[in-house]
Amino acid sequence: MGHTDGPPQSVRPAGADSAPVLPSPVLSVRTLTKRFPGVVANDGISLDFHAGETHVLLGENGAGKSTLIGMLAGMLRPDAGEILVQGSPVRILTPRQSLDLGIGTVFQHMLLVPSLSVIENLMLGGPWWQRLARGAAYRRFAELSECLGISLDPDLPVGHLSLGQQQQVEILRALWRDTRVLILDEPTSMLTPQGVRDLSAVLCRLCSQGVAIVLVTHKLAEAYDLGDRVSVLRQGRLVGGIAADEHRGMTEAQMTDQVIAMMFDPAHAPMADERAILLGRGNVHAPSVRRGAAPCLEVRNISTMPRTAAHGLQGVSFDLRPGEVLGIAGVDGNGQKQLAEVIAGQRAPSSGTVLVGGKDVTQGDVAARRNAGIRYVTDDRLGEGTVGSLSVAINLLLKNVGAEPFWHRGIADWARIRQAARDDIQRHDIRTRSEQTLLAKLSGGNIQKVLLARELGKAEGDVKVIVFSKPTHGLDLHNAQLAHRRIRESAAAGRGIVLLSTDLDELLTLSDRIGVLFQGRLVGIVDNGPGAGAAIGRLMTGAVAA
Amino acid sequence: MNTTWRVLLPILLALLAGAVVLIFLGKDPLAYYGYVMERGIFSWGGLQETITRMAPLLLIAAGLIVAFRAGVWNLGGDGQYLLAAVVTAALAPALVEVMPRALTLVICMVIAFVVAAIWSLLPAFLRARYGINEIVTSLMMSFLGISLANVLVKLFFWDPTTTVPQTRTLAIADRLPRIFGSNIHIGILLALVVIILVHLLMTRTAFGLKLQIVGASPKAARHAGLKVGALTVVTFALSAGLIGLAAAVEILGVWGNVRADWNPAYGMLVVPLVFLARLNGLAVIGFTFFFSSLMIGGESAARRIGVPQDFVLLLMGLVLAFLALVEYLDHRRRQRLGA
Ligand SMILES: Nc1ncnc2c1ncn2[C@@H]1O[C@H](COP(=O)(O)OP(=O)(O)OP(=O)(O)O)[C@@H](O)[C@H]1O
Ligand SMILES: [Mg+2]
Repeated sequence: MGHTDGPPQSVRPAGADSAPVLPSPVLSVRTLTKRFPGVVANDGISLDFHAGETHVLLGENGAGKSTLIGMLAGMLRPDAGEILVQGSPVRILTPRQSLDLGIGTVFQHMLLVPSLSVIENLMLGGPWWQRLARGAAYRRFAELSECLGISLDPDLPVGHLSLGQQQQVEILRALWRDTRVLILDEPTSMLTPQGVRDLSAVLCRLCSQGVAIVLVTHKLAEAYDLGDRVSVLRQGRLVGGIAADEHRGMTEAQMTDQVIAMMFDPAHAPMADERAILLGRGNVHAPSVRRGAAPCLEVRNISTMPRTAAHGLQGVSFDLRPGEVLGIAGVDGNGQKQLAEVIAGQRAPSSGTVLVGGKDVTQGDVAARRNAGIRYVTDDRLGEGTVGSLSVAINLLLKNVGAEPFWHRGIADWARIRQAARDDIQRHDIRTRSEQTLLAKLSGGNIQKVLLARELGKAEGDVKVIVFSKPTHGLDLHNAQLAHRRIRESAAAGRGIVLLSTDLDELLTLSDRIGVLFQGRLVGIVDNGPGAGAAIGRLMTGAVAA
Repeated sequence: MNTTWRVLLPILLALLAGAVVLIFLGKDPLAYYGYVMERGIFSWGGLQETITRMAPLLLIAAGLIVAFRAGVWNLGGDGQYLLAAVVTAALAPALVEVMPRALTLVICMVIAFVVAAIWSLLPAFLRARYGINEIVTSLMMSFLGISLANVLVKLFFWDPTTTVPQTRTLAIADRLPRIFGSNIHIGILLALVVIILVHLLMTRTAFGLKLQIVGASPKAARHAGLKVGALTVVTFALSAGLIGLAAAVEILGVWGNVRADWNPAYGMLVVPLVFLARLNGLAVIGFTFFFSSLMIGGESAARRIGVPQDFVLLLMGLVLAFLALVEYLDHRRRQRLGA
């Protein structure tokens, strides 16, 4: 995209479109190296980023993508190598300097302040001694919104926005100053298909205006659709790439095959027959639902108070049978989080009941629900799912503190705790230096693996229902596939699965039935099969169930 | 920068800045510091006083570590301390007339613990139930507690045989036993045992880990099914109770009575110590010894050299300020390195 359409490009030198030689890059890195204790996160990386081009960075979890971005954004300091902006070497010591150089970054984990309004969040970047110039800020907001085709209310608190809208605020913030390079670290991992389409439109526009875009993603289809050029990192090294002209001539399948070969270490490479699954080609859904069995989870007429940020639930009811996977689709903010939290016991419904294995657990708190056999994988992995300042080992047992056999009469058996953690780390391929590493030091995808390992790993207790909220968010292809397989195995073992996801492909791959939440109501439940995707799409826009 | 330096540097900087202040006051810093060391550590009498003073300070430190690790900012220590002290001083002389000394001492400690714990319940409840910041409420309760303690002495426990308002005095023979004929009472042993127990509690037990999780991230704690409200209340009560125990030990071991308007304000003094020790129960023992010797030495120096006793407080404030500065610089440096 970007090289065929759009108005004349302001940043590119005249004649660039006709000349075969590329204009000099706006941003380059040369033999950039960054070491952390025990790992070389970036190992002599050299790359060029060109105006008007979308450069996609691919790589498995922990490959070093966010580290590279951290150095460009002034959050990390390189150990060796240099960064060049329009050919001249620069030193980027602070995020402010990065912005001053025209580099805007949208990080993997959101950095907005939920209680402040959109416009206040955008003005936060300014120096503290400057008077907050609201008038100018509103003008800039209007200008940027128009240019990007975004419509947001600048005075709404950010906490009230959907994730997709928050993403837009992050992009506005990255573009707030005159930005020549826009970096996005996994911006689509939480978005619905529609959200991804909106984002693509914005990126296309920016590209055509001559902005250089750096995009990190784990979805190869996006890399194909959005990218002009692809680079692949593995274990901190640049292991290959697809140049712009090459990329243009390729089919999606060709590119995908080539990229997968580059991306994965042969030892971890997915089997050939898994590749189709991995790419979402061919629905391998093998239902394991036990139709005759009594439901393991009954949700009866649940309503919750509406929160300012999202719709409350209104009379949601469904049954879940052992071995069944019930997908829940819908745009974020339509009640997904409330539903998950009501089932997990984190939120009290204003009316209605929840039954697990026929027993009413509505009054039970989180611990009681867990004892009743409910597990919950949250989508807020940093906010509530984990504690960054504690070790990986403790995070793996965060919900079992005090339980046998890791604690005897309340006294910790550290040897056993660490051994269990090492087993989990191996089983779930969590890339960490050791089990005692602080969780915050892990890459995004590896933190997600910790979360999954915690709820899936130990079969202790009698697990009846597992609620997954965006379970593969931030996982690379291989690990997403691994997670899917584990979810299927759980279902096959007779557990009921509630799968909340914004990723329609994921829902279609795993679910037996798919319900759609719209404005707090369960507007319909569709049996998975031919035509299900289209039916869900209609329901998601609020059309009444057929 | 390694941990040792991160801790020693603020102390050295504070001593240096203190020296500058002394020069401005027209005193010789070397003479002052020399005298403080001499009196606080290197004379047998001073050393005994220093070790005796450590007992309440260590118990308060134990109470603060429990709270701070759990992210509960119990800054109401002074009120909790004084109330417990007054109740102890009022009870002990009366009880010892009707029961054996050992039993009296134990009962007084238990009651002091309970009284202080009760005084922490309101801020604890407000925080657990309504999320009201406990820094403000515990400070307010502290002022109330200090006033109430004075009122109690003046209105209810005033010893009729004295002219100044003070409680009855526990006879020296009835106070905490001394160690091997020294002047040091056994409170220091109790304090050492308690601080080590607190250290083990925080590092080895499920309860300690739960407190840490609540302290690090209440949201994660709730998600993990921990009873955040109940843990907050228990933490507050334990913290205040240990501070109450500190008061009991000081009254039963050293003073034997409480005078109206007496307020050593140890609670606030110990706050910088536990931060210097990074909330580590073992490290705090060393810092308490250092600070205790400074206090004892400073008290003598005030009489002898004429440097106001408050100078010790100034030093402590400087330590805290430099500690924050060193932490900040180090944090920035680490952030750069991404370590
Ligand atoms: N602050 C840190 N301290 C120590 N190690 C770190 C730190 N940040 C990252 N690492 C390590 O550096 C490596 C690269 O991490 P990075 O976050 O760049 O991966 P990534 O490619 O973004 O992965 P993901 O797809 O999971 O987000 C990982 O092994 C990670 O554990
Ligand atoms: Mg990353």
